[in-house]
Amino acid sequence: MSEQGMKPIWYFVGLIVLVIGGLVFCSGIYLFFNPPAVKTVLAEMHPNLWWGGLMIIFGGGLYLKMRNQTR
Amino acid sequence: MEAIGLSFIDWIIIFIYFAFVLGIGLYLRRYTKSQEDFFLAGRKNSTWVAGLAFLSANLGALELLGMTGNTFKYGMYVAHFYWIGAIPAMLFLGIYMMPFYYSSKINSIPGYLKLRFDEKTRVLNGIAFAIMTLLVSGINLYAMALVLHTFLGWNWDYSMWASAITVAGYVTLSGLLSAIFTEIIQFFLIWFGLFLVSILGIIEIGSVSEIMARINTYSPQVSFTTLWSTSSNPMLNGMLVHWGGIVLGLGFVLSFGYWTTDFLVVQRAFSAKDLRSARMTPILASFFKMALPFIVILAGLIAIALSIDPKSGFKLLHDGGQVNYDSALPLLIARYYPPGLVGLGVTALLAGFMAGQAGNISAFNTVWTYDIYKSVLNKKASDAHLLWMGRVSTIVGVILSLVTAYWAKGFPSIMDYMQAIFSWVNAPLFATMLLGMFLWWITPNGAFWGLVAGMLSSILMYFAVKFHWFAESIITMSSVQSDMAANFWRAWWAWLICATVTILVSLFTKKRPKEELVGLVKGLTKEKHDQNIPFMKRPEFYAIISLIIFILLNIWFW
Repeated sequence: MSEQGMKPIWYFVGLIVLVIGGLVFCSGIYLFFNPPAVKTVLAEMHPNLWWGGLMIIFGGGLYLKMRNQTR
Repeated sequence: MEAIGLSFIDWIIIFIYFAFVLGIGLYLRRYTKSQEDFFLAGRKNSTWVAGLAFLSANLGALELLGMTGNTFKYGMYVAHFYWIGAIPAMLFLGIYMMPFYYSSKINSIPGYLKLRFDEKTRVLNGIAFAIMTLLVSGINLYAMALVLHTFLGWNWDYSMWASAITVAGYVTLSGLLSAIFTEIIQFFLIWFGLFLVSILGIIEIGSVSEIMARINTYSPQVSFTTLWSTSSNPMLNGMLVHWGGIVLGLGFVLSFGYWTTDFLVVQRAFSAKDLRSARMTPILASFFKMALPFIVILAGLIAIALSIDPKSGFKLLHDGGQVNYDSALPLLIARYYPPGLVGLGVTALLAGFMAGQAGNISAFNTVWTYDIYKSVLNKKASDAHLLWMGRVSTIVGVILSLVTAYWAKGFPSIMDYMQAIFSWVNAPLFATMLLGMFLWWITPNGAFWGLVAGMLSSILMYFAVKFHWFAESIITMSSVQSDMAANFWRAWWAWLICATVTILVSLFTKKRPKEELVGLVKGLTKEKHDQNIPFMKRPEFYAIISLIIFILLNIWFW
């Protein structure tokens, strides 16, 4: 297999976790300022914010570490 | 039930995931130039890549929904599927069996049968595996569409075709490599998408001890929160099974049959870059396998604890008077996840489903191309032709899966038969493999007729009980009825029959010369692997750590 220039799998894992985590975090900010009429259980804990934030840290870290690496 | 509502942000997340996996397939196509690239990902993967793919190939969405639902139904005994029903077999594969698989440079499990025994045993297993894979793939497709329809209100046909076309797209483009890439992405999305359910469940109820205490208070007679302490009397545990059935049926035959011989998972280890990485593949996966109950079992226990508290408002769905146990996880997602997180949770389920589908299809195209097409139909096929055949068989495999899915839709009872298929194919095959790999005097005819007898007896036992030709208690040796216990015991008897017939026929038929079996049979092969590396870097060291954690978990939850 010719692998010259091929990005490692961890680059893609970091990218998708970063992107989805970013969207979850943004939805958390929106819900913080615009709480829905029907709330989920424990909505007052704002899980989107801290879980999305955790995903951004994990995904972003992996993406930055791997962005210049090849297999 | 009112379907779980998806907001705009949830749809965006789901769309991004679909576009992402197709993009990966396109990106990897330029690196897929030979048949070895397509079928074995070029044999260049590290332990981590092969190990996580090895685990994820087994981690489908149905497994997540089904095992959470089963925990609601049977209690903590379901954790046996993740611990005794997986860990010893995975370690055995890495330590004892992988050197023979990997060093013989085979492309598939039937390929080993050809080298160790003969062509007819290979073709028999190749055909059985191909049919099993397509059936499992199609029924999974049907069941997943059913889940999406029930819980999300999606159109049955659209969701099935969209998923099938996406899988066909990226597997056709770059074969096992893209399947492995998406399996690893799925692994992370499942943890990020579903572990939060357990975390929020614990926060709502108070603690893990409180969850257990509530369940024990509600059900003091039958234990739902222990692993072994009530296994001597089937009446005292939720699964109605004796420890003998767990150890022999699940822990030995079903587990070893699946984890050491099912090409769907073992193919990932074959893609490793060297023998040490291949041996480490199932050993590394064993650590993550042991952690999965903290998603599925814990979520199932949370669902029990909530459902017995009338104030919680949590109640499983009912279909036609029957409890729909598979609704436990989607209902927990609906309970805890606001918009955005719902998209993540649904994407995790979709990713699990599509990666499982890709695993089945990539295993099917390899076995079809090498063990049926090249072995029987076109023995002189060139490398380029086999690569082409791999791509064609991927598309044909997906189409046949769709046909099976529509068949299942018309005849829902075949869903029941699928539960038993692993015990029909894998349980006897494990006897053939074990005997063939460790006893040099097992003959090709012994292996072939043992495999035939084992498969037929397992099928016969299933239908005999189903159509009341004889009582289930003859198989389970217990007066209480449980489908799960019957599965465990039937697998054990199929294994025993296969092993007995294999040995008896081998005693009276022509043996292969020992010199032809070097590299294929333990005892005839000098095993020199990993001698020059320190003990703390050897697969055996990590296997011991895994075994210690496995023992501690069983004692902890005894």
